[in-house]
Amino acid sequence: MKKAQRRLKLAPVISMAAIGMLLAGCSGGADPNDPNASGGAAAQVGQADGVVDIYGPVTGLEAELLEKSWAKWSEENGIKIRYTGDKNFESQIGIKVQGGDTPDLAVFPQPGLLQATVAQGKVQQLPEAVQSQLQNNWSEDWQNYGKVDGVQYGVPLMASVKGYIWYSPKQFEQWGVSVPQTWDEMTALGAEISKKTDEPAWCAGFASGEASGWPGTDWIEDAVLRQSGPEAYDKWVAGELEFTSPEIASAFDSVGKILLDPEQVNAGYGDVKSINATAFGDVGTAVAKGTCPLTHQASFLEGYVLDSKNADGEKATVAPDGDVWAFVAPPVKADDPVSIVGGGEFVAAFSNDEETAKVQEYLASADWANSRVSLGGVISANSGLDPANASSDLLRSAVELLQDPNTTFRFDGSDLMPKSVGSDSFWKGLVDWIDGKPTKEVLENIQSGYDS
Amino acid sequence: MSEFFQWLAGVPPLIQVPVVLLAFAILIGAILGFVEVATNGGRAFTVVRFLAAVVVPVAILLVLGLYNSVMWVAALAAVLGAVLFFVDRRSRSGAGSLLQLSGFLAPAMLLLAIGLIYPTIRTAISAFMANDGSGFVGLGNFRWVFTSPDGLTALLNTLIWVLVAPVVSTIIGLAYAVFIDKSRGEKYFKLLVFMPMAISFVGASIIFKFFYDVRQGDQIGVLNAIITAFGAKPVDWLGLEPWNTLFLVVILIWTQAGFAMVILSAAIKGVPAEQLEAAALDGASPWQRFANVTLPGIRSTVIVVLTTISIASLKVFDIVSSMTGGRSDTTVLAYEMVRQFQLGARTGYSSALAVILFILVLPIIIYNVRQHKKQGVMR
Amino acid sequence: MSTVGESSRRLMAATERTSGKLRKATTSRGATIAAFIIAAVWTIPTFGLFVSSFRQADDIKTSGWWTALSNPSFTLDNYAQAFASGDSLPLSKAFLNSLVITIPAAVVPILIASLAAYAFAWINFKGRNTLFVLVFALQIVPIQMALVPLLQLFSDGVKIGGLYILPGLGVNGLDGAYAKVWIAHTIFALPLAIFMLHNFISEIPDEVIEAARVDGAGHGKIFSKIVLPLTMPAIASFGIFQFLWVWNDLLVATVFTSGGELPITKALQDLSGTYGQSWELLTAGAFISMIIPLAVFFALQRFFVRGLLAGATKG
Repeated sequence: MKKAQRRLKLAPVISMAAIGMLLAGCSGGADPNDPNASGGAAAQVGQADGVVDIYGPVTGLEAELLEKSWAKWSEENGIKIRYTGDKNFESQIGIKVQGGDTPDLAVFPQPGLLQATVAQGKVQQLPEAVQSQLQNNWSEDWQNYGKVDGVQYGVPLMASVKGYIWYSPKQFEQWGVSVPQTWDEMTALGAEISKKTDEPAWCAGFASGEASGWPGTDWIEDAVLRQSGPEAYDKWVAGELEFTSPEIASAFDSVGKILLDPEQVNAGYGDVKSINATAFGDVGTAVAKGTCPLTHQASFLEGYVLDSKNADGEKATVAPDGDVWAFVAPPVKADDPVSIVGGGEFVAAFSNDEETAKVQEYLASADWANSRVSLGGVISANSGLDPANASSDLLRSAVELLQDPNTTFRFDGSDLMPKSVGSDSFWKGLVDWIDGKPTKEVLENIQSGYDS
Repeated sequence: MSEFFQWLAGVPPLIQVPVVLLAFAILIGAILGFVEVATNGGRAFTVVRFLAAVVVPVAILLVLGLYNSVMWVAALAAVLGAVLFFVDRRSRSGAGSLLQLSGFLAPAMLLLAIGLIYPTIRTAISAFMANDGSGFVGLGNFRWVFTSPDGLTALLNTLIWVLVAPVVSTIIGLAYAVFIDKSRGEKYFKLLVFMPMAISFVGASIIFKFFYDVRQGDQIGVLNAIITAFGAKPVDWLGLEPWNTLFLVVILIWTQAGFAMVILSAAIKGVPAEQLEAAALDGASPWQRFANVTLPGIRSTVIVVLTTISIASLKVFDIVSSMTGGRSDTTVLAYEMVRQFQLGARTGYSSALAVILFILVLPIIIYNVRQHKKQGVMR
Repeated sequence: MSTVGESSRRLMAATERTSGKLRKATTSRGATIAAFIIAAVWTIPTFGLFVSSFRQADDIKTSGWWTALSNPSFTLDNYAQAFASGDSLPLSKAFLNSLVITIPAAVVPILIASLAAYAFAWINFKGRNTLFVLVFALQIVPIQMALVPLLQLFSDGVKIGGLYILPGLGVNGLDGAYAKVWIAHTIFALPLAIFMLHNFISEIPDEVIEAARVDGAGHGKIFSKIVLPLTMPAIASFGIFQFLWVWNDLLVATVFTSGGELPITKALQDLSGTYGQSWELLTAGAFISMIIPLAVFFALQRFFVRGLLAGATKG
């Protein structure tokens, strides 16, 4: 027994490791001749079986509205659309694509993520029919966000306008203050309100699980676009203008005058550091209640406000004369053109069957944009969208802003940067910044995201 | 097999359960039936063994459903099976013993090989490759872990988790199990501490929001409500370095104490009553009875519980992910591993972090092996 | 070796006696108070969640749950909304999916692991200890690292030089297919299950196994007629934990299922909305999803009392 043990002690281990090795060397991977892998552009992927699977980051109530928005079309055209929403879409899509389990269509919340996914080689180019629909309905800028290396993959879906400052018209009246016309006036306004109420004027919430810090990126982007102009903004987003450059540093300083000032933040929640501990969505409740006079957040905050109660315990309203209203963060000089930063979703295909293309074409159409927008809560940059369909005053003004040719529109920069910066070091940097790290060090850390 | 699963998908979900369990039972039954007769002598059983060694692999491959390579693979399987058969015949422990062993071990080992060993090998390889997989970088990724603030923080925090959580949960679980042992309503007492295990983490993260939440004015977090009642300013518990990691560890302790309690309570009931009685007659105090009789009696179970919770602590991910997202230096190795992989697409870094996790578990393994040897379990 | 037998014999004797009230409780007053404190501390968080689940959304977000005790204002809105939500994945459907996923994913790995654990405990073979340590070590493999390779395997299979030795499962995107998630859970459960069950199975007294052998039983019969029945309580109690882990899992399920097969944890997560704005609904959802685990705990609790004896005593 002993002798034998010595002789072959490792045999089972070796054979098990061998199976593992064999697999390590040989499994997976796309092979053009492979019957069940999705290979080159010529191969047929997916089948016209009357069902199109869509996978996206939209969940809960918003997902139900999405399903409602295409229900009628789906019935008329005999194509069943099966939508799966996933909060962890951003991390899961990579696993699904690498694992070879792709949906027919996927809704990408960021062009950067679309770009990274295209690099994995499974995304289909946009079919001809969809191209024409796209060109009819979308501005060139919006088309370009769905392009990777000059090839069109994604079709824009919904949009959001960032950089709204939320306030209470009633409180403004009570304090005798008005909507600021310049950035400096806005900073001064906060100080004035703080003085009058002896409480901080601004509130902010950066907590968002793994994505903590993102609400701060919107702040910085607004400041960069307004202070240094669209050209500098584009260069910054493209990585040509470094985070450590004076333009970006000054944007941080301007925002810091508000967010790092213990006199001005964090209304209703605590000190500066409490920004990191406050969930970004909770801010809506404080705004509705009036405990937070000013906050910076995208148009979607309206939904949170409407879900909350005002100081009198009634349902809060969002209107120019309601409990809450919002203005777009003002430019540096009063006569500068209106600049807004916004975001949006893009739908790209992994299958190239006929039905998938039909669904994608429909989603690019003005019909769908009108259908979804009239269900409420969102807007779209689709030029065929009738602003009257927007569900609220605020959204209507946002649509008009998007459709106004004089508006300088720029896409959310952090969504366009490489993931290691836009979805990582930028977010983290802002959290550290709020925690008290010096701006210079923070900027260096963010910039270092490009090096890996 | 794929045909079976494809067919199964068409069956109503609730019917799928008995069907798949029945299919599985038949499979296990066949394996057990075979291993029962495998070592028998005589020509008939030799034939059975031969069939098992050669026909089974071929049949499995055919059942699995093949595309372009039926004949080749079947031939390969037949050859391998024949080799297995002859090796088995000459086996020192008698013909059939090797096949018998395969019957017991093969299902688990095959699944482990494809599902865990292969990814482990892949991870180990990419730990030494550049982040984009382009080339060999030696120990570069490990150097990154030990020099970057994120990597170091993750490592240190993981050590805190693995040092605190297992010991505290086991002590609390054990104490509770001893205290309620044989008490009236023991069943319900157990349920109270077991309950955290039944709550999915999606719910648990909300539970602890009601604990650690911070704001001005009316608090919705219990901790701040207590301290503000005494006139203190609200504290951002999860941003409070360096204690915030411990506040997160508390959550794991809360869930794992129930595990420890249930297992240890059952073990305590196995401690021979007459020993306790003898000790009591000798005038031993309750504490002495516990320390000298109960504790030695449940020693191996305590080790199992400690080991299991230690591994859970090393792998902790979702608590950090949903409570803080790694902010304020709360990141841990498993969280950092996923973060580097998903957000930064840095496969090299994330694999290096995974390899460090493997290395951290070594002391636990070595300790367990030595315990096992001491107790003569591994005969 | 003889100590094992001895302790086991003692243990069996003790088992018979514990059913009678021979043992004096070791509890003192201090211990009772300590037990009450632990029970309270452990229950308060869940209790807070429970109270919150009956409060209105706005109340939950603006005042502490304890204020509801002095100033009660309760509603079933959260439960109603939780049940009403999710067009594509209603809570009831997700609940059913969880059952369909969890039952096989708890039973299958435990049986496979008990086969392996038996081999490690009662069959002498070369390299046994080394192999056992390897299986033990696999516990630490982070699941996140294994997701992509396993999904690739399910989708594309394994092939060597253009030849498939294992084809893909071919169930991607197929409605009603749970195969991927069953197999994935089975694999991920094995290392811990083998480790735990080995601990139980190896402590069956030698004499019992020897006697069966002398009677002419082979390993197949010993396993099914002696080992399984003897360790059933231990297996069942480990089964409860495996059941809970699978029931509460979100990660494996979202990777290995899609659309209509997603479990309750996924439905729960969706409840809070894209931006997490409706997190108050999670309070109700968490309790809905707890029903089955608690029922299972109660149903199998007798095993905890009688159970795990084989793995219990070692001097």
